[in-house]
Formats: sequence, C-alpha cells, structure tokens
Amino acid sequence: MNNPQLDTDGQLRHLLSIEGLPKKILNQILDTAESFVGVAEREVKKVPLLRGKTVCNLFFENSTRTRTTFEIAAKRLSADVISLNVSTSSQSKGETILDTVDNLIAMHADMFVVRHAQSGAAHLIAKHVPPHIHVINAGDGRHSHPTQGLLDVFTIRKYKPELHNLRVAIVGDVLHSRVARSEIHALTTLGVPEVRVIAPKTLLPAQVEKLGVHVYHDMDEGLKDVDVIMMLRLQNERMNGAMLPSSEEYFKTYGLTPERLALAKPDAIVMHPGPMNRGVEIDSTVADGKQSVILPQVTYGIAIRMAVMAILGGGTGAAL
Amino acid sequence: MKIHIKNGQVIDPKNNINDKLDVFIAAGKIVSIGTMPDGFVATKTIDATNLTVCPGLVDLSARLREPGDEYKARLASELQAAVAGGVTSLACPPDTDPVLDEPGLVEMLKHRAKQQGLAHVYPLGAMTRQLKGAALSEMNELHTAGCVGFSQANIAVTDTQVLWRAMEYAATFGFTLFLHAEEPFLAAKGVAHDGEVATRMGLKGIPSAAEALALASILRIAQETGASVHISRLSTAEGVAMVRAAKAQGLKVSCDVSANHLLLTEHDIAYFDANCHLKPPLRTQRDKAELSAGLKDGTIDAICSDHTPVDDDAKLAPFAEAEIGATGLELLLPLTLKWAAQEKVSLPHAIERITKASANILGVAAGDLSPNSNADLCIFDANEYWKVSPKTLKSQGKNSPFTGLELAGKVKFTLVNGQVVYHD
Repeated sequence: MNNPQLDTDGQLRHLLSIEGLPKKILNQILDTAESFVGVAEREVKKVPLLRGKTVCNLFFENSTRTRTTFEIAAKRLSADVISLNVSTSSQSKGETILDTVDNLIAMHADMFVVRHAQSGAAHLIAKHVPPHIHVINAGDGRHSHPTQGLLDVFTIRKYKPELHNLRVAIVGDVLHSRVARSEIHALTTLGVPEVRVIAPKTLLPAQVEKLGVHVYHDMDEGLKDVDVIMMLRLQNERMNGAMLPSSEEYFKTYGLTPERLALAKPDAIVMHPGPMNRGVEIDSTVADGKQSVILPQVTYGIAIRMAVMAILGGGTGAAL
Repeated sequence: MKIHIKNGQVIDPKNNINDKLDVFIAAGKIVSIGTMPDGFVATKTIDATNLTVCPGLVDLSARLREPGDEYKARLASELQAAVAGGVTSLACPPDTDPVLDEPGLVEMLKHRAKQQGLAHVYPLGAMTRQLKGAALSEMNELHTAGCVGFSQANIAVTDTQVLWRAMEYAATFGFTLFLHAEEPFLAAKGVAHDGEVATRMGLKGIPSAAEALALASILRIAQETGASVHISRLSTAEGVAMVRAAKAQGLKVSCDVSANHLLLTEHDIAYFDANCHLKPPLRTQRDKAELSAGLKDGTIDAICSDHTPVDDDAKLAPFAEAEIGATGLELLLPLTLKWAAQEKVSLPHAIERITKASANILGVAAGDLSPNSNADLCIFDANEYWKVSPKTLKSQGKNSPFTGLELAGKVKFTLVNGQVVYHD
C-alpha cells in the first residue's frame, strides 16, 4: 500500500505521522526550520511563502497551545488563517468530520491542520481531500503528533547536535501519548542509539519494545547517565483509578525531582511537551531550572510548523 | 420442473463424491446423481462443463439487518447477496432492533424471508431478553417459532449465574447456544488486537486473554451443565487450543472462524482501514496460522462469513468510531477457496466447512446432495476471477477489507428447492 503521506515522487504531501517518513524528509523539515528560527527575531516577522493561501486549523479537540503556535506559524508565512473549534460547533449538531471538511474545501481552504481525539482522524481526512490540499496532523488520539515529535528532536539537536551519541529517556504515560509515539519514531529514525521509556506497566502499551525502545519500570535506573529526559503529561483522569492509585504516589515513584535529575548526565536537558502538571510529573525547581529547555521547545515549535507548512505549500525556504 | 445438471464436477463431502457426474432434480429434490432415472425428461438442462457443483453453502452467521436497521441492509438485498454467493441457508444472529426475543418477531422474519423465495433463513433467538444478560428468553416458544439455536450476538453475559442457568435450561431441551467468547471488561472500548499494531497506531487494544477468559467460563459451565455450545468466531491461537482440549474431554462443543480471520491479520489495518474494524479484532500471524491449523484438524468445525453490512457513512469515521463489520455473504466461497489453495487443503474438505459441517451445527437438513434431499445447490467456476467492488457486490453493505482484490471462485448458478434463484 502506498504511503499516504508521500506523493509519487516521494515528496511530502501530508504530514500525518513520523512513522513511515524517511530520514531525508525529517532532515529536510529540521533544516528548513533552522532557517525560520531567525524570522521571529526580525523587525518584520513575516515571509511571503504562503501569501494568498488559506490555512484552516480544524480542532475537533480543544487545544490552546498547539493551535496558537500553528496560527502564528501560518501568519508568519503570510497565509490567511481560519481557526475552528469544531468540538463546540458543528460536531455537536451531528455533522460528520468529512462534511465539515467538505464545507471548508468549498470555501477554498488550501491546508488543514487537524486535531482530533480519535487515532486515524487525520488519515481519514487526508484520504478524502483532493490532491492539491494538504493535511497536517496536529494530534490524533493516541496515535501521532508529528510536529511535536519534530520540534522535540529539533530542540535536542540544538543542545546536543551529536544525535548518534545520545541516550534519551521518555518518562510517563506512554500508553495514551501520541507525543511519546512521535518522539520515539523521530529519535529512532534519526539514529539516536538508545531510547528508553520509563513508566509503570499500566501506562505502557502492549509490546512497546517493538518500537525500538528499552523499557524501564524503575525511574532511578532508567535515568542513569541519560543525556535527555523527555517528560510526558499525565492526564487528570488517569490519576485516581485503575491506571494509578494517586497523583501523590505517582510523583513519588515517577516524578522528576532534582535528586533524580542528578542521576542523569550533568549536562542533561529536561523537556516537556506541556501543559505541565507541576508536582505530579515534574518538580517546579526542575521545570524552571537551568537544565530545562521547556520554553525553547515552544519557540522552536513555531519554526518547525512554519517549515512543515512551507514545504507542503511548495516553498522550501529559498524565498527568504 | 425437472432439471438435469450436465458435465459438472460434483463435490458432495457428506457422500464422499468428487467426480464428474450429472445431477438430476425433480419436484425440488435431488433424485439421482450419476445415472439418469428411468423416464426422466428434463424441462431444463444446465451445462456445468468446467464448473463445480456442490451443496448450497450454509452460513452460520449473516446479519440481514431486518427488523430495524433497514438503512444498513434489507432482507431482499441480503438474500440476493446470499444466493449470488451460493449461500442457500443461513443463520442470522438476534441483534436486530427489536431484538429477536419474541416468537412473533421470529415468525414474521421467517415469513418475510420465505416470501423472497431465495435462501432459507434460520434465526438464532436471543438467549436472554433483549440480550441484556439477565432474564432468559422463552426458548421453547422461540424454537417453535423457528429459532434453531440461541445466541447473545456480540453481547457478553457478565453474570455467570445467568450463563449457567441459560445453559442448564438450553440443555434441558437440547438447544444449542451460540456464544461469542469475549470478556467485556478487558475488551471495553478496544478496537484492535492488543499488540504491536495497536500500539503503533494508538488504538485501544483487546488482549487475546479476553477471548481465553470468556472461553474458560463458557467451557467450564458447559462441562457442568452438559449444554451444547457453539463458539462463534474464534480469533486466537489460545482459543483454538482450549476448544481442542474441550473436545478431547468430550464436551458438546463446536466452533467456527470467520473467513476474514482466516485470511487477514492486524497488519491489514494498514493506514486505519475502517473495513478492518471487526469483532473480534484481527489478530496476529501466529493466531491466523493456528486458526488455520485448527480448521484443518477439525478443532474448528466451520467457516462463517460473519456478514455484517454497514452503510457507507458509518465507515467514514476514524477507525474506532467506524461501525464494526464487513459484508461477507458473497465472499464466503471465494475466501474459502483462497484459504484452501494457500493451505493446500483439498476442495472437498474445504467445501465441507461451509456446507455439511455448518448444517450439522445448526441441525438443519442442508449441506449435502443425498437423494431426496432439498435441491439446494451452488454451481461455480473455481477458476474464474472477479474483482470485489461496490459494483460487483449485491449486498447493500459495500464494506469489505477485500475491496479491490481479485478473487477466484465465481458462482454461476444457485438453486434453492430445485429452482434457479441466481444465474450469473
């Protein structure tokens, strides 16, 4: 079966998942993003790559941060941007996803940025749209959040350029996390030799080791000598039930404290995709500490999203 | 009407026939195979040169969607699909709307099906009222109305006391219970096999243990109560081993596998193909191999189509939200042939799994070509390929994991009670 993300020439047509993308394309996006980092520091924070194009943020699931960064990214590329929170409008009136999409196509949207609570939603839309329309997955269920995965490796590359020598630990609710899946695929595709996941068994999906990761249940053991710690957000609804007994117990066993951080390499960086639960998965002193790169992640997120949109929209950054 | 079917390769597993023979039919019954009866003058001759003539297929699980879900499919469309697939008898599960738990509903369904004059329809009655798993349905009344067995469709009985009582009651009267083995708590909200593929795709998994746990309860209670139990749509290697052991122990247990599970695995979901959203979920390569081995050694008695037509819109949703099921009546024969070819199983052995074996489970007179039996036949070209597509399918449900594939095995004629009800 054809990879739905690539066109017949092997070029990126949609960005749906990191899995299935060749290293060459990941590097193309990361390198393009590099050239966009400077744009935000200019007096005029705009380039005309997507002038006249309409980008439609289609959020079937609420999100402030991701939607905002996509909006900013599109605007910096001079696109017209429409943002729809569909969860609060037509879906509640019973309209199907594809009906919503068809309506927006009729209004001449050129690119869709889609978030949905169900895995595979972006694939469904990508399969449905005509060839000139591009789809960017901004998070589908537990499946994928490719721009997050890309911005995370972009951030790592900034601080630790030698990806081939890194040991990375991903900590927390891997089971429900699209971010974790995207990070794992991005890291393994780019040649990071050791990716660890650290979590209790209730928060790990079946056969997670088949994704190419080493599994640890003991936080101290798992953090030993790592270069990068990627924390995951723990959703409130997981905290008191059959997944975990309590947030207090979780923090005691898997929370990132300064003591635990000391087990990693002295120059290890700490990442989090946000929004953080301080005192649940991460201690405030770590989140705000000098090893934290959590805010740079957000900044780089805009450059990554600009790069993806520019590549899909046909520009490669040459017009800068 | 007297029919003479000429020059076909007749396969009748029950009577050990696999030969180029002529078939003679009169007054809706098989009169003779091989030799023309004295004074037989055919009013119709069917030339079956290069074709295979076998008993009409018997399908253990086909949803017709009536009453209640006519927007998904109708009796007329699905019974036409049945005969286009060579299926002349079928059992339908009770998960209609309303549920088949009232004799009047069953009588009406039987009556309306009979009016179509196509395949024979054998309803499975609801084992518990409204399939709620609490109170037993009126099994005797339902049996009198035409139910050949009782089922919970895909809905599990969580109360083992109720399951026990249902088996005791059914055993009292010699009724067979058709049960799908899936422990509902472990399976809750699951949409795919709990393994590597579900993990990669971020789909909620249903572990193999959900089947094993439910099967353990069912088999243990069947042992205690002496009930006759048919396990519908086995999906795991472990399940096959458990049924094999239960049969060796002498339990009255039979089971089937769907044609989908015999040929597909979790990997066929590919990029969220909603047509692969099935119940039970498609499982691993190893499970598929064990299902196949179980079917070969007789642990699994029969292959069913698990025909579940779904309207197009219901599949146009993200995988987990897409409605469960695939169309199957027209694919039962070609998929069985495909399995037989892949696994080097003889044609008679394969045909038996979709004719006599399933008829035995239902306890109906069908699935063989013995003299004086109903002239229900399927005449097909085993070597003709056809492409599965919305256009070629008669069923109102166009949803199939096999869409776009070319399959060998084209039905040319279907006869029910000695009448040609389908001709390609």
